[in-house]
This record gives sequence, structure tokens and C-alpha cells, in this order.
Amino acid sequence: MGDLLQVENLRVRFLDAALDRMAVDGVSFSLREGEIMGLVGESGSGKTVTAMSASGLLPEGKTETGGSIRLAGREMLRCSERELRQIQGELLSVVFQEPMTSLDPVRRVGPQVEECLRLHTKLSARERKARALEAMAMAELPEPEELYRKYPHQLSGGMLQRVMIAAAVVGRPKLLLADEPTTALDVTIQAQILELLKKLNREQGTAILFISHDLHVVRRLCTRVAVMQRGKIVEEGDVEEIFRSPRHEYTRRLIDAIPRRDSKLI
Amino acid sequence: MENVLEVRGLNAWYEEGPALFGSRRRRQVLFDVSFSVGAGEIVGLVGESGSGKTSLSRAVLGLLPDYEGEIVHRSARPQMVFQDPYSSLNPAHSVGWILEEPLRAAGILDAAQRRAAVTELLEKIGLGGDYASRRPSQLSGGQRQRVSIAAAVIAKPRLIVADEPVSALDVTVQAQILRLLAELKEDYELSYLFISHDLNVIWQICSRVLVMKEGRIVEQGPVEEVFDRPRHEYTRQLLAAAG
Ligand SMILES: Nc1ncnc2c1ncn2[C@@H]1O[C@H](COP(=O)(O)OP(=O)(O)OP(=O)(O)O)[C@@H](O)[C@H]1O
Ligand SMILES: Nc1ncnc2c1ncn2[C@@H]1O[C@H](COP(=O)(O)OP(=O)(O)OP(=O)(O)O)[C@@H](O)[C@H]1O
Ligand SMILES: [Mg+2]
Ligand SMILES: [Mg+2]
Repeated sequence: MGDLLQVENLRVRFLDAALDRMAVDGVSFSLREGEIMGLVGESGSGKTVTAMSASGLLPEGKTETGGSIRLAGREMLRCSERELRQIQGELLSVVFQEPMTSLDPVRRVGPQVEECLRLHTKLSARERKARALEAMAMAELPEPEELYRKYPHQLSGGMLQRVMIAAAVVGRPKLLLADEPTTALDVTIQAQILELLKKLNREQGTAILFISHDLHVVRRLCTRVAVMQRGKIVEEGDVEEIFRSPRHEYTRRLIDAIPRRDSKLI
Repeated sequence: MENVLEVRGLNAWYEEGPALFGSRRRRQVLFDVSFSVGAGEIVGLVGESGSGKTSLSRAVLGLLPDYEGEIVHRSARPQMVFQDPYSSLNPAHSVGWILEEPLRAAGILDAAQRRAAVTELLEKIGLGGDYASRRPSQLSGGQRQRVSIAAAVIAKPRLIVADEPVSALDVTVQAQILRLLAELKEDYELSYLFISHDLNVIWQICSRVLVMKEGRIVEQGPVEEVFDRPRHEYTRQLLAAAG
């Protein structure tokens, strides 16, 4: 299968932080149709900025970019507003790292989950609601019917994160960019969300770029992983291979970091 | 040991929707919760998503008006690290201003000393003094989380309620932050109520742990005891899933 997403020598600099290094400094990787790939790395290493670039969501006029990002043949770094909206509806959805920033606090949760269907399909209101409830149940949200009518502030942090996941998968995108989608979730629910992502990938062929700060979570979902540090990819390859013989010192620290009982701090 | 926080028989409710036929619709979120936090103690709070951890922390800080029971503080200005750093950091101000604010409120240092304290703390959380001039919107998720921890600890309050303070951090940065919190506890006898869904984090930094399910504390005790001999079914599940 061909490449769905091709990132070549991506460079991003924030103009208002001119003295700092580049946020993304020459990143290249590609994702095939139906593939799941992990992107891990240090806090501040450029994972989110890479995902934002790929989805055309960098803050307008605040960055200087170089290189190229092609999604299904289209150049994402030089897309018009209209083209972007179309791509975002038909091809791509994003689960954002901080759910509260992308949900509208004064709108009920349910209509926000089905927003993408309203904009990009001809489904009736009833069909949309049915699909939204189905997606919410798949994202392991308890009592979807009741949650549908609630406002974001009435939900817990982990519930909001699952709402974001439901909203991202409801339109059955070809590519899902999931930025730390399970950080607020306890292990039992995290395992269920990873299952959901696997199932989407298996049954609908959704390609997934899974961003995480946790290499051990990535290992459970992805076959291939890229490791970022300070704006660069320092290591890339098969997850198991990397666990067997990590080449980069930072990767080694990520692997070794299962806290043991002798690592008590107090 | 003197307690900085005592909670006894706490029940709390959220108001739900508009009043119906004159009676308020409310839903109970906390049920008969009792625990304490001793001076210089780090107490962990774990529990499944939606079980009431954030609600309990809000109640402790007086942000949940509808409650019954006793919440006794021996701490002038308890500080909170919110689960969602984006909405808790004032977007209109720089990181430096945000970090200086608790010091200004406490009125203990002059301007130069405040700036020095901010630079020192920024270094300790792995950001460096340059970040003082940034706005919260110009940070990565994990950087924002570290700034909100810094804002809570900078004035050395007696009690800090931290809601998932390290959930967005990779292990290397997380270890650095946990060491800083442990150090502050030693040096200044700070106490923490520390919410985390990560049992490894709880294990590293807490001496006691509370386990919540559906608004109740179903189990509490020293970390070793609870983790080695969990009595409640949910605690067992958590431990099993954590591997
Ligand atoms: N709007 C912005 N303006 C200026 N600098 C920014 C902006 N957004 C991010 N940065 C900087 O770009 C770098 C990369 O940020 P990014 O959000 O991609 O990190 P990340 O790998 O996602 O980290 P985390 O794991 O903490 O979320 C960081 O150093 C950050 O401070
Ligand atoms: N402002 C609110 N109004 C009404 N209900 C609320 C409000 N905030 C939270 N709830 C509900 O109270 C329950 C407990 O939520 P809380 O945020 O305390 O959970 P939590 O244990 O912190 O979960 P998480 O790990 O997902 O953050 C949930 O059912 C949630 O929907
Ligand atoms: Mg990020
Ligand atoms: Mg919470």
C-alpha cells in the first residue's frame, strides 16, 4: 500500500520565540495507508507541533515552516483554508492533547461529537445522533445517552478525553492523529481505548499516528515508532527491535524507566 | 504528627440542570469520605476515571459549595495544581508573571528576589529562565503542566492538592519533577494530596494511599500495605492491569 502521509525535512520555527531553537528541526517520516505508527519523545521535543503541521493547524502567521508534508498527495503546508477544511472532514481527524481547548464550553457534548457528520455528510439528525452515541459507547463512556446532553465542565478529565476520541472517530477518517489520547486515563480504561484504536485500524483501515510520552504504551499498539528529542527524530524503526537494541541514549532511558520498588523517592 | 487537613464524613453534590418544580436537581458525587493528611506527608489518591478524585480536591479547596461534613485545614493558602493546566494558567500573562504572583500575594520578597526565585525554579523544572517571558499558549503540554506545578509550590504553601500533576510528562522529566516535589517536602515540610492514575508514580512518592470508587473511599492505608495486600476488588484490578 502507498504512503498516506509523507513528511520530508519538516522545519518549524515560532517567530515570537526567535531566540530559541527550532521547534521541529528537519523531521522526516512516512505513514502508509492502514498503518499505526508511534511518535514518542521528551516533553517539548516537537511531537504536537509535528502533528499540528500535518493537520494544517499551526497558529496562523506565527510560524515559519520549511520542508513538505503530503497527505494523500496534497501539500499540507501550503493549503488554502477551504482545502484544509475539506481534508479535515474527509480524510483526517485529530485528538488533541488538551481536550478542554478544543471543546466549546457552552455547547452540549453530544452535538460536538457529531459535528464532523453535520458538516461533511448528508445524514439525518437521527442518524447522526445514533452514530454519535455508538462512537461514545465505543470510547468506553458510561451512559452515553445521559452524557450526550451534558456540558463539558460536567465531565471528568478522563471522560472529556474519551469524548474527544469519540468525536475523532465518528467520521471514520482515513488518518487519525492522536496526541496523547490516553494520558488522563487509568490503566483499565487505557487498555480499552488501545483496543478501540486497534479495532478501528483493523476493521476500517484507519491509519493512526499515535503520539505518546510513554514508549511502553506505544509498544502495545504500534509496530513502528519514531523517537524525538529537541526537534529531531533521533531513532526510528520496529518497536520490538528498538526494545531489543536501542541505539540512542534517550531511547534507552525511556525503556529502562519502569519504576521499580528500589526507586522510591521518600 | 499534626494534620494539615482533616476531612470527616464528607458528602457533596453537583447541581444538575435547571430547577424542576421548585426543587433543585442535584446529584451526589462524594459519599461519606473521611481521611487526613499529616504535616510533611504525601497522600496518594487513585481511582477510576469519573470516580470523584477531582471533585474531592475541589471540595478540599472550598470550590464545591454544596456539601455536608467537616473539612478542617491548618494551612493558610492551600495551593492547587489543576488537572487541566491550559484553563488554569492565565493566558494574558507571561510565565514569569504567573510564577511571581503567589510570591507577591505572600508579600515576602522584593521584586529582584522574586525574579531570582522564578529563574531558579524554572531551571529546576527543566525549562530555564528564558521561559519567563513566554505566554502559556507558547508552551508544549508538558511544559504547561510543569509551570502549573511551579506556580503551586513557589510560595511554599503547607498543603498542595495536585490533580494528575505529572500525567503529561515523559519518564525522564517526570522523575525530575517527582524528585523536586520530594525535596520540597523534606526541606519545607510541605504536604501533598497527590492524585494520579499511575500506580508507579504513587508508589514512588506517596507514603499513604486512598482508593476511590464511585464517590467513596473503598480502601486506605500505607502504600506498601495497600499494594501488597489489596483488600478491595477494584484495587486488585488496578494492580493487575498495571502489571
Ligand atoms: N505557540 C508556540 N509559540 C512558541 N513556541 C511554541 C509554541 N508551541 C510550542 N512551542 C515550543 O515548541 C517546542 C515543541 O513543542 P511541542 O508542543 O511540539 O512539544 P511536545 O513534544 O508535544 O511536548 P509535550 O510532551 O510536553 O506535549 C517546545 O519547546 C515549545 O515550547
Ligand atoms: N461541574 C460538574 N457538574 C456536574 N457533574 C460533575 C461536575 N464535575 C464532575 N461531575 C461528575 O462527577 C463525577 C466525578 O467527576 P470527577 O471529575 O471528580 O472524576 P475524577 O475521578 O477526577 O475522574 P478523572 O480521572 O477522569 O479525572 C463524574 O460523573 C462527573 O461527570
Ligand atoms: Mg504535546
Ligand atoms: Mg479528574
